Amino acid sequence: MTKPTMMQTVQTIVADLKDEKGALLPILHAVQNALGYVPPETVPTIAKELNLSRAEVHGVISFYHYFRDTAPGKHTIYVCRAESCLSLGGKNLENHVKTKLGIDFHETTADGQFSLEPIYCLGNCACSPAIQIGNDVYGKVSTADFDELLKEKLA
Amino acid sequence: MSITVYVPCDSSAASLGANRVANAITQEAQKRGVEINVVRNGSRGLYWLEPMVEIVTEKGRIAYGAVKTSDVSSLFDADFLNGGSHALSLGLTEEIPYFKKQQRLTFARVGITDPVSLDDYIAHDGYRGLKNALAISQADIVKHVSDSGLRGRGGAAFPTGIKWNTVLNTQADQKYIICNADEGDSGTFSDRMIMEGDPFVLIEGMTIAGLAVSATQGYIYLRIEYPHAYEILNTAIANAYAAGYLGDDIQGSGREFHLEVRQGAGAYVCGEETSLMESLEGKRGLVRFKPPLPAISGLFGKPTVVNNVISLASVPIILDKGGDFYRDFGMGRSRGTLPLQLAGNLKHTGLVELAFGVTLRELLYDFGGGSATGKPIRAVQVGGPLGSYLPESQFDTPLDYEAFAELWAVVGHGGIVAFDDTVDMAEMAKYSMEFCVTESCGKCTPCRIGATRGYEVMDEIVNKHDLDKNIPLLRSLCDTMLNGSLCAMGGMTPYPVLSALNHFPEDFGVKA
Repeated sequence: MTKPTMMQTVQTIVADLKDEKGALLPILHAVQNALGYVPPETVPTIAKELNLSRAEVHGVISFYHYFRDTAPGKHTIYVCRAESCLSLGGKNLENHVKTKLGIDFHETTADGQFSLEPIYCLGNCACSPAIQIGNDVYGKVSTADFDELLKEKLA
Repeated sequence: MSITVYVPCDSSAASLGANRVANAITQEAQKRGVEINVVRNGSRGLYWLEPMVEIVTEKGRIAYGAVKTSDVSSLFDADFLNGGSHALSLGLTEEIPYFKKQQRLTFARVGITDPVSLDDYIAHDGYRGLKNALAISQADIVKHVSDSGLRGRGGAAFPTGIKWNTVLNTQADQKYIICNADEGDSGTFSDRMIMEGDPFVLIEGMTIAGLAVSATQGYIYLRIEYPHAYEILNTAIANAYAAGYLGDDIQGSGREFHLEVRQGAGAYVCGEETSLMESLEGKRGLVRFKPPLPAISGLFGKPTVVNNVISLASVPIILDKGGDFYRDFGMGRSRGTLPLQLAGNLKHTGLVELAFGVTLRELLYDFGGGSATGKPIRAVQVGGPLGSYLPESQFDTPLDYEAFAELWAVVGHGGIVAFDDTVDMAEMAKYSMEFCVTESCGKCTPCRIGATRGYEVMDEIVNKHDLDKNIPLLRSLCDTMLNGSLCAMGGMTPYPVLSALNHFPEDFGVKA
C-alpha cells in the first residue's frame, strides 16, 4: 500500500471530523498530529469542507500558539518561561538552551533535529524549572541535565 | 499473595523519573523472582519526595522517596516490600506531617487510587454524590451546592449555586456543561492533579451538574500542555460509559449525559470563559462582551454552566455529605477547602488542601519549609500571572477571598509562587507586561495596545531612563488597562505590575 499523500491525509481527517460541533480545532489538531504542522496548502481544502473562508481558517491557525504552519524539527523542545520557573533560574536555563542549540524561539536547528518553542507553564511548578521534549516533561532541569537530555535525543 | 507497590503516574512525578523507577522495580522483582503488583496511582502531592513509592502493608501504606532508579536494588536489599528500613524510608504515608495536617475533601482519593479504575473509585466512596443526586429534585441539587457556599475555584470566585440556578431556570432545547480545564496560571497544578489522579471525581461532578440543570452534553476544555491528562481522562470516560455512568441512561435512571474532552491550543486567554466558548465553537479565542451571560446564552448560544475543574470536582462530596458539611469548613464568605499549590522557590513544594483561613506564612514556612535556595523569601505571587506580589509584611494574611481583596490581591486558583531575595521585581513587572503582549486576544485596545506600550515603558524603567516621566506614565497606563479592558487579561495585568512597584519601589529605582 502506498503512503497517503499530504492532501489525502487531510481529506480523510476532514471527512471524519467535519460533522462534529465546532469541528475546526479538532481537525487542526488531527492534521498537526498526523503531519507535524498544518501546511498552508491544505488550508483551502479545510476551509471549503467547513464552509469557511480561507482567512477564517488562517486566522485560527495563527491565533493559537500551538498550531504551526512550518514543519518542525525531529524533536520540539518547549522551555517554560513562566514565573515559577523564573524563580529558580528559568531565565538562565532558557539562555543556555538557546546558546546550546544556536537558535532562538520559534526556530529550528539547521540539521532539522530540534525546534525551540517558549511555553507558558507546563503545570510542573512544583518541580521548576521545567521543559518538555515531545510529550515528555522534565522537572528540576539544570543546564547539565539539559546537555545530557540533548545527548540522549541525538543518540 | 503478591505485594502491591504504588508508583505515581502523575506527570510531575514522571518529570522526575517515576516511569523509569516503575520499570526498574518491575525488572528487579522479576530478576529476584518476587511477585509484585505495580499500580500507577496519582501523586499524593508531596512533590519534593517524588518519585514516591508506596508499599501496602498490614499497618498501612509505607512510603519511600525520593526514589531514583539507582536506589531500587538497595530498596529490595532492605526488604522494602515488607516495609524494611532504608535511607529513603518515610514511614506511614498518612503520618507524614505535610500530609496529615491537610483537610482533603476534593483531593480525598488523589494518590490513593488507581486513577482509571472505576472499582477503585467506587470502593473509595465514589459515585455516592451521584446516587443522592438521582434521588432528589433538580432544585434540591442546586440548593445543596448553594448551601455549601462553593465559589468558583478558577479564580473569579463567583458562587457556583447562583450560576447553576440561572441555567436551571433558563428554558432551552439544549444546555451545556463546560469544564474549564485550561489551567494556565503559573504556580498552579491542582486541576492537572485531579485529572491525572482522580478523573472520575470530575466526571461525577459534571454528571451531577448536567442532571441539576438539564444539560445533556458536557465538554472538558483541556489545555494542550496536559497530554497525559488527556489520555487518562479519555480512558476514564470510556470506562464510565461502559459501566453506565455516562450515556443515554445513567444507572437506569432514564437520564442522559454525554461527555467529551476537547483540546485547546496554547492560548492562555482561552481560560477566560467566553474566549473558551469561542474556541470550542472552532473560532479564534476572542473574548465576548457580557451580557449576555453564558448561563443565559453561552456555547452555541445555549445556556451553559462553565466551571473550573476544582469547582466541579468538589460537587460529589457536597452531594454525598450535604452542603452544610462542606460549608462548615472555611471562614467568612470563603467556605469549604481550597487546594493550594506551593510552587517556585520553596523547599517543600506540593499540593496542600486546607480550609480557607490558613495564613501565607504557615503555608510558606510550616508547609513549604522556606525557600529552596535557603535565602529569605522576598516576594510571593498568589493567584497566577495576573495576581499581585505580596511582600513579607503581608505574609500573615489569611487565605480568604475578601482578605486578599482588601490588600488589592487575589487568591485566584490558589497558586503560590515564592521568590528569594535575588529576584528583581522590576524585571518581573516587565515580564508581566510581556506576557500580556503574548497572550492578549487583541479584541480590546487597552489590553492589545496597552500591554505593548507597557512593555516598552517597563523596558525604559528597567534601564533607569527618565523615571520621573516613566513611573507616572506606567501608573496612568495601568489605570487605563484596569478600567478599560474587556476581561481580566488586560484588566488584571496591572495587579502584578503595580504591586511590584508599590511594595518594591527600590527595584524600580524610586524611593518608597
